[in-house]
Amino acid sequence: MKEVRVCVLRIEGTNCEDEMADAFSTVGAVPEKVHLKQMERNAPSGLARSLEDYDILALPGGFSAGDYVRAGAIFAARIRSLMGPQLKRFVESGKPVLGVCNGFQILVELGLLPAMEGAMSEVPTAALYTNDSGRFECRPTVLRNDDRGKCIFASEIPKGGLVMFPSAHAEGKLMSNDPDFVSKLEDNGQIVFRYVNPDGSKAVYPWNPNGSPSDIAGICNPAGNVMGMMPHPERVMTRFTRPDWTRNPGPEEGDGMMIFRSVMENLK
Amino acid sequence: MAVIEIRIELKKGVADPEGRNTKKALEALGFEGVGEVKTVKVYDIEVEGTHEEAVSEGEEMCRKLLANPVIQNFKVTVR
Repeated sequence: MKEVRVCVLRIEGTNCEDEMADAFSTVGAVPEKVHLKQMERNAPSGLARSLEDYDILALPGGFSAGDYVRAGAIFAARIRSLMGPQLKRFVESGKPVLGVCNGFQILVELGLLPAMEGAMSEVPTAALYTNDSGRFECRPTVLRNDDRGKCIFASEIPKGGLVMFPSAHAEGKLMSNDPDFVSKLEDNGQIVFRYVNPDGSKAVYPWNPNGSPSDIAGICNPAGNVMGMMPHPERVMTRFTRPDWTRNPGPEEGDGMMIFRSVMENLK
Repeated sequence: MAVIEIRIELKKGVADPEGRNTKKALEALGFEGVGEVKTVKVYDIEVEGTHEEAVSEGEEMCRKLLANPVIQNFKVTVR
């Protein structure tokens, strides 16, 4: 099989690029942590990189540019000004883009999600806004796979199946101006993950950590190749990072493995 | 050289958890009769050009970075 090259894009303040890269290595991809400045035209030779050379783009979590202005806004504005057209082509060609936590916020600020009209909107059409609690919420969350077969990052997770990924964010409430936003996402098959209570019933706080409408935790674009989610699958690649592994060892693999395996299967 | 003030406010109807928590804290400190508390963000930015150019540049800054039109309004004035 051809080598699958992953660009894990970072700038100052991203802090989950190591786990993200490791997660892709675990499923056989070849990840590279690339600083945004390496994408600049005047980057020193040897360090210069181009988005076209990669098969997958991953935006890791963290606090890019200190979360100043708004979470993800500065990273998004810099990506747009440096390589907006290349990124749009990357997405339109069907290549996978994954954004986790701050990465999801960046995808929304970039207009790559929800992207109901075209691959990338000029201005954001949604926002990931301050949690209802007004606090940083950090704990395991249980997600149900509500993907209807579109999202290339969810195909290896049983439909309706539950996974446990940790959440750690202060701005995770998905918002839009459109009163029909959630039903449009639903109609387009863009809702990939919903927060649920551990027994699978409708989530109440703190199992929905941010107050997101319809308990939405992750969405994809209408084409299914761009996914953003607040919880962190890359933090649960082995049983040892499950919060209850000493009491309930479960399978050797962590739930997060399925996300990364899905995208690799879809690239075959 | 002009200094523009850019004021970023939450749109009507967007909840303001920080404002709400601040209100609670003020009440806990014994302040009575505290109504709605809103948080706003203000940038003072030095820019070149006439006042008119400065304002239109400020508005461009809001569209490109400083405001998310889904949740925020902006107002640019010359100080």
